[in-house]
Amino acid sequence: MSMAERPSIEVVSGASECLRLAGAWRLDQVDRLEAEIRRTRRPVKALDGSDISALDAAGAMLLLRLAARFDIAPEAITLSDRHRALVEVVARAEAADDREPVRRDARWRRLLAHVGQAVVQIWGNLVTLLGFTGETLITLVKVIPNPRLWRPTATVHHMEQTGLDALPLVALLSFLIGAVVAFLGATVLKDFGAELFVVDLVAYAFLREMGVLLTAILLAGRTASAFTAQIGTMKSREEIDAMRTIGLNPIALLVIPRLTALLIMLPLLAVFAMLAGLLGGMLVAVFTLGIPFELYINRVYESIELRHYLVGLIKAPLFALVIALVGCLEGFKVGGTAQSVGERTTSAVVQSITLVIVIDALAAVFFMEIGW
Amino acid sequence: MSETPIVIRELKNQFGSQVVHQNLDLEVQRGEILGVVGGSGTGKSVLMRAILGLRPPQGGRIEVFGQCIDRGGGLETLRRRSGVLFQDGALFSSLTVAENVEVPLKAQFPGMSARLRHELALLKIRLVGLSAEAAPKLPSELSGGMRKRAGLARALALDPELLFLDEPTAGLDPIGAAAFDNLLLTLKQSLGLTVFLITHDLDTLYAICDRIAVLGEKRILTIGPIDEVAAIEHDWVQEYFHGPRARAAQAARR
Repeated sequence: MSMAERPSIEVVSGASECLRLAGAWRLDQVDRLEAEIRRTRRPVKALDGSDISALDAAGAMLLLRLAARFDIAPEAITLSDRHRALVEVVARAEAADDREPVRRDARWRRLLAHVGQAVVQIWGNLVTLLGFTGETLITLVKVIPNPRLWRPTATVHHMEQTGLDALPLVALLSFLIGAVVAFLGATVLKDFGAELFVVDLVAYAFLREMGVLLTAILLAGRTASAFTAQIGTMKSREEIDAMRTIGLNPIALLVIPRLTALLIMLPLLAVFAMLAGLLGGMLVAVFTLGIPFELYINRVYESIELRHYLVGLIKAPLFALVIALVGCLEGFKVGGTAQSVGERTTSAVVQSITLVIVIDALAAVFFMEIGW
Repeated sequence: MSETPIVIRELKNQFGSQVVHQNLDLEVQRGEILGVVGGSGTGKSVLMRAILGLRPPQGGRIEVFGQCIDRGGGLETLRRRSGVLFQDGALFSSLTVAENVEVPLKAQFPGMSARLRHELALLKIRLVGLSAEAAPKLPSELSGGMRKRAGLARALALDPELLFLDEPTAGLDPIGAAAFDNLLLTLKQSLGLTVFLITHDLDTLYAICDRIAVLGEKRILTIGPIDEVAAIEHDWVQEYFHGPRARAAQAARR
C-alpha cells in the first residue's frame, strides 16, 4: 500500500469561508479524521474535497457529517469525479433510511426484561405441557379401543431402546449408590453400635425413594433427550408436516408408542434398581460390617412392609408420563434450524429432571402426611 | 495501488490421491467482476478457499495485491483488504446484525470508539439496502435474502478493495436475485470493488460479470467476456451456455 497520507482540513479565507480537505479519507484514518473534524468550529459556507487523495465509504460518511453540520448539501461539495459516485451512494443510503436506529436498553433493564421473559416462558411451558398431556390422553383413549391404530412394532422397539438398553446402566449405578448409602450409614451408626440398622437404611431408601428416583433421573437424561432428538429431527425435516398432510396423527404415531414403552419399562427398571441397590448395600454390610448374609435378609423381611415398596413403585408411571411427554413435546417444539434441535434437547433434559425431583418431593410429603 | 488483486500461478490442490487443480493459472484484474463457473466437483469452492488462505494448496503460488499469501504479511494484507460473503451469509448466530458488521472493525481497529464503530456498521447495513430496523435483530430473525445482505454488509465492513462471493444468489427468488445483482453492480461501481464471484446463476453472469472463468479438467478451461466464453468449442461449455436455461437468460438480456 502506498504511504498513508495524513488527512487534513484547512480553512481557506476568501470571499466566502471555505474548508479545503486533503489527504486520505479512509477507514484506517478515521481516528485522525474525527479529531480534525472536531477541531473545525468556525462556520463555513463551502467544502472543497477535490484534493482528497483516497476516499472510501467510511470517509464519505464523515465527509457528509461535516457537510451536514454546516448545512451544505451533498451536491454542493466540490469533489473530483472519481469520488462523486461514492459520496452520492452513501448520501442516498443515509437519506433513504433516516429512521433512528433502535437504541439498546440499559443493562439493568435488559436484565429485568430477561427475568420477566424467563418467568413468562416457564409459565408458557407449563401450560403447553398440560395441553399436550390432555391431547395425548385423548388420543390414547381413541387409540386403545381401536387395535388397528396400535403400533406394536414401534412400541417394542422403544421398549428395547429405553428399557433393555438402559438396564446395565441403571443396575450398575443403583448398585454403587446402594453401597455408598450403606457406607454412609455405617460411619454414623457404628458410634452407637447400631450397625444392623444399615439394613433398614438401605432398604427404606431404595424401596421408597432411591430406586425409582435414580431410574427416573437416568431415563430423563437418556430417554427424554433421545425422544426430543428423534422427533425434533423429523420436525426440522418437515416429516411431521408430511404426516399431517397424509392424514396421519403424529401423536398417535410417535407419542403413544414412546409413552407406552416408557410406562411399561420404567417401573420394571425401578424394580431392578431397588434390587441392585439392596445388593450393593448387602455387599458392604456382609464384607465390611460383618453382618451375616442370613441376618441381612431376615432384617429386610422384618422391618420392611409392602407399603414401602408400593410408595416407591406408585411414582414410577407418573415419572414415565412426565419424561415421555416432556421429551416428545420438546421435539415438536423444534424449529427449522439444526441449532434448535440442540436447544430443545437440553431443555427436555432440564425440564424432565426438574419435574421428576419436584414430583418426588411432593410425593414424599404427601405419603408422610397420610402416614405411609 | 496498481498491483493486480489476485494472481495465481501453477496452483495444485489435492485431496488424498484425488487431484482437484493442476497447473491452474488465473489473474483477476482490478475493478472487474469475475464470474467463476464450473460443474459440481470442479473445485470452485476449493479455489476460493485456497485464495482466502483457508486451505493451503499442494503447490503453486497465490499472490494477493502483489504479496504471496503463504507468508504472514500477505495473509494480513488479504484480511485487511478483502471481504468474504459465504453461501448462507455465515453470520455469527449469537450476535445481532449490527454486532456482526462490527466484528471485523473490532478485530482490525481495536482502538476505534464504540459510537463510530456502530455508525459505520449502520452505514454498511444501509448501503446493502437493509433498514436500521434490521440492525438489532439476530440472524435467525431474518429471511434468507436479508441474511445475504447482512453477510454482504459484514464483508464490506472494512471497505475492502476485493470481495469474494460464494453463490450470492443461490436460494433467492428471481426478483430477490435480480435486486442483489443490481446491488452488487452499484456497489462495485461506487466503491471501486474487484469481485471474485462463484455462481451458477446464468442471469447473474449475463447481468453483472465483466469476465467469466470456466473451471474444468483441473484448470481454467477458458476466461474472457461472456460472449467469447460461450463460443468456445467444449461440450460442457456448450451445454452450459446454450442449454434451455441459458437461452432464457440470454433472451432476458436483450
